[in-house]
Amino acid sequence: MNRKSTTVAYLGMLTALAMILSYVESLIPMSVGIPGVKIGLANLVVMVALYTVGIKWAFALSMVRIILVGFTFGSMSSMMYSFAGGMLSFLVMVIAKKTGFFSVRGVSILGGVFHNVGQIALAICLVENVKLVFYFPVLLVSGTAAGVAIGILATMIIVRVKKVYRNDEDKMDGAK
Amino acid sequence: MEQKGKLKNDLILVTVLLLVAVITFFAMKVYQKQTTNHAMVVVSVDGKEWGRYPLNKNCKKVISLSDGQYNELTIKDGYADMTDATCPDKICVHHKKISKNGETLVCLPHKVVVEIESEEESNVDGSTN
Repeated sequence: MNRKSTTVAYLGMLTALAMILSYVESLIPMSVGIPGVKIGLANLVVMVALYTVGIKWAFALSMVRIILVGFTFGSMSSMMYSFAGGMLSFLVMVIAKKTGFFSVRGVSILGGVFHNVGQIALAICLVENVKLVFYFPVLLVSGTAAGVAIGILATMIIVRVKKVYRNDEDKMDGAK
Repeated sequence: MEQKGKLKNDLILVTVLLLVAVITFFAMKVYQKQTTNHAMVVVSVDGKEWGRYPLNKNCKKVISLSDGQYNELTIKDGYADMTDATCPDKICVHHKKISKNGETLVCLPHKVVVEIESEEESNVDGSTN
């Protein structure tokens, strides 16, 4: 029971952190002129959650964050783009983590890249114009760069958080 | 030791991603170069064509949408540029002006797409450019 309340408190804190980071990111002027280029600071929190509380809770966190941020700082359309990017990047990150082939950095890079891929895919569907693929190389590079930065940060944070917060699911993962 | 292997995998991943980016970038450049002839500026709103204008004729068009929203498109010296818009993010306005086939100016909030389209795909007499 104690364990459960710890998890609840921990997830609450992460959600708040993710919201703040999304807000901070919206304050940073990004006038590169290309839709979809983002640092993805909030993905840092999702990564930390993925490696500490496990897939189920990390997914819940990611979805709650998108909905809350969408209602507070964004619009319906920005929320849809976040969903497309968030879902795809989460799926890819989970798969990448499961294979055990990549470190936290590798998982984060894939997350960053596929976040952009998801957004541009939705944009192509919504705007009904395949020509948007022309943004693809730029988004690939920016996604990789953002992924490296977030990955390095996440590695450092996960090591420290794991000293304080340990989950049962995590122990099971370790036993495998 | 396991960590070292993973670091190597990460580096491979980064290299592959960047390589793919570079290759697609140049492939698109080549594609654009081959097809920029008698270019038209095509404006579409919500997937439906709104209008098309020759790229070599200077003009200014206001794309007015419902409830007072608009995007202002300027065609000048063979370049198309979004000069003003009422959208919240202004990404389309900050975007650099476009001139090559397949390039686009996109205003996601307004679902407005401005793209350069060559009238004909490059063929034999396309060299008289």
